[in-house]
Amino acid sequence: MSLQIPCRFCGERPVEEFYFGEIPQVPEQVTDPVDRDLHRGFFFHNTEGEQREAWFHVYGCRRWSYLTRNTAEDRVVGRAT
Amino acid sequence: MEKKVRLKWHKPKRSYDIVIIGGGGHGLATAYFLATRHGITNVAVLERKYIGGGNSGRNTTIIRSNYGVPEAIEFYQRSVELYQGLEAETDRWLMHKPKGLLWLSHGEMADRAQFARCALNREYGADSVFLRPSEIKKLVPEIDLSGGGRYPVTGGTYHRAGATARHDRVNWALAEGANSRGVHIHQRTEVTGLRIEGGRVTGVETDQGPISCGAVLCAAGGHVSNLTSMAGFLVPIRTHPLQAYVTNHYEKTFHPIVASTALLCYVSQTARGEMLMGAEIDRQPSYSYRANQKLIQSCSHRVLTILPFMRNLRILRHWTGVCDMSPDYSPILGKTPVENFFITTGWGTWGFKAIPAGGEALAELIATGEQPRLIRAFTLDRFRQDRTKADRGSAGTH
Repeated sequence: MSLQIPCRFCGERPVEEFYFGEIPQVPEQVTDPVDRDLHRGFFFHNTEGEQREAWFHVYGCRRWSYLTRNTAEDRVVGRAT
Repeated sequence: MEKKVRLKWHKPKRSYDIVIIGGGGHGLATAYFLATRHGITNVAVLERKYIGGGNSGRNTTIIRSNYGVPEAIEFYQRSVELYQGLEAETDRWLMHKPKGLLWLSHGEMADRAQFARCALNREYGADSVFLRPSEIKKLVPEIDLSGGGRYPVTGGTYHRAGATARHDRVNWALAEGANSRGVHIHQRTEVTGLRIEGGRVTGVETDQGPISCGAVLCAAGGHVSNLTSMAGFLVPIRTHPLQAYVTNHYEKTFHPIVASTALLCYVSQTARGEMLMGAEIDRQPSYSYRANQKLIQSCSHRVLTILPFMRNLRILRHWTGVCDMSPDYSPILGKTPVENFFITTGWGTWGFKAIPAGGEALAELIATGEQPRLIRAFTLDRFRQDRTKADRGSAGTH
């Protein structure tokens, strides 16, 4: 079965209904505005493990849900907020 | 006559001149070209699992050079030429088969884009011509030019240099070529850390013990970010899964590789006669090797739109690889902020076709310290300098 995303409003729905929204993780020690933009645009943590994500329910309620997903196993951990 | 590939296994030495992390196509090709072109053989290739077991053994084996930016066309054209001579050079049958590649366009704007691509390709040495629907029908009699009524084929790029080769054989031939000249290949050896002193890399920690070395090349495919974070810097890579699958055997009459620029899928026939299909990457980043039913459903639906004869075939195998996708869909090769630590990454969904040229260029870079002309545009600092090589349209399925 393909990945199921728990929508905050609609419950678990198939991943195809969603748009994936990344939450940029710019390290705090990067303070130069240009550097911060570069990190936002290009330098990714590319986490292998759990990370916070935003998912937009495009083909559904059209609202954002926030959740933790384990990228090593492609599995959602816990509930959406 | 077929010759057996013979690999010699060694105990890891305490020290090497060069350590290559990742025993896939790019790592092995670099070792091969270091040994054959530059005479550098005190090299170790460290592989976490078994050689050619990552994306080098999971791709759809397409070789082509119809790219969309001049630097990329020249680079991939070099790779196409190296592939043509690789069988003679390694004295191994790689099942290299020139097939021709057909990129279908559906609509006037798509025709214009393909026409422009053909002109650019020819200018930089890649052989692409624009074909009318009647000519396409002659090349692929099975095709439905009406595209199921919704996606009428209005034209297409025919890239004559398009070819396929057996991916495992390419890996093994390169591994053997390097190994027979003295390169050590260590399977089941995972790099767990990097030793960096004064901003330069001096060795690697592995689960088989530490190895000191003069230079490190990271060719770890989708897992590159784990290694670069050990080195203390971030790379513009997101890891996405990519799936592909094959059907049961079909009469071996389907000659070219067929892709559609609107339906975002591609089809070719393997040497065994299986129809091989693939589509775009999974949208969310992930390191999971799990394949899913949804891809089979959506990709098959799109393939049947242009090739309705395939509806009677059955799916035999389905697999997933994890791709190192760069933001501009161009590779990243060369030096990094850490001295003597080189990377070859950003191979996303287009790594197999670049194996010989990537290996050749990196071997030259490591041996001479100079970024070769062919990969000068693909450095890591291009993102900082605002010189990205945006080429998403050339990924074929994006």
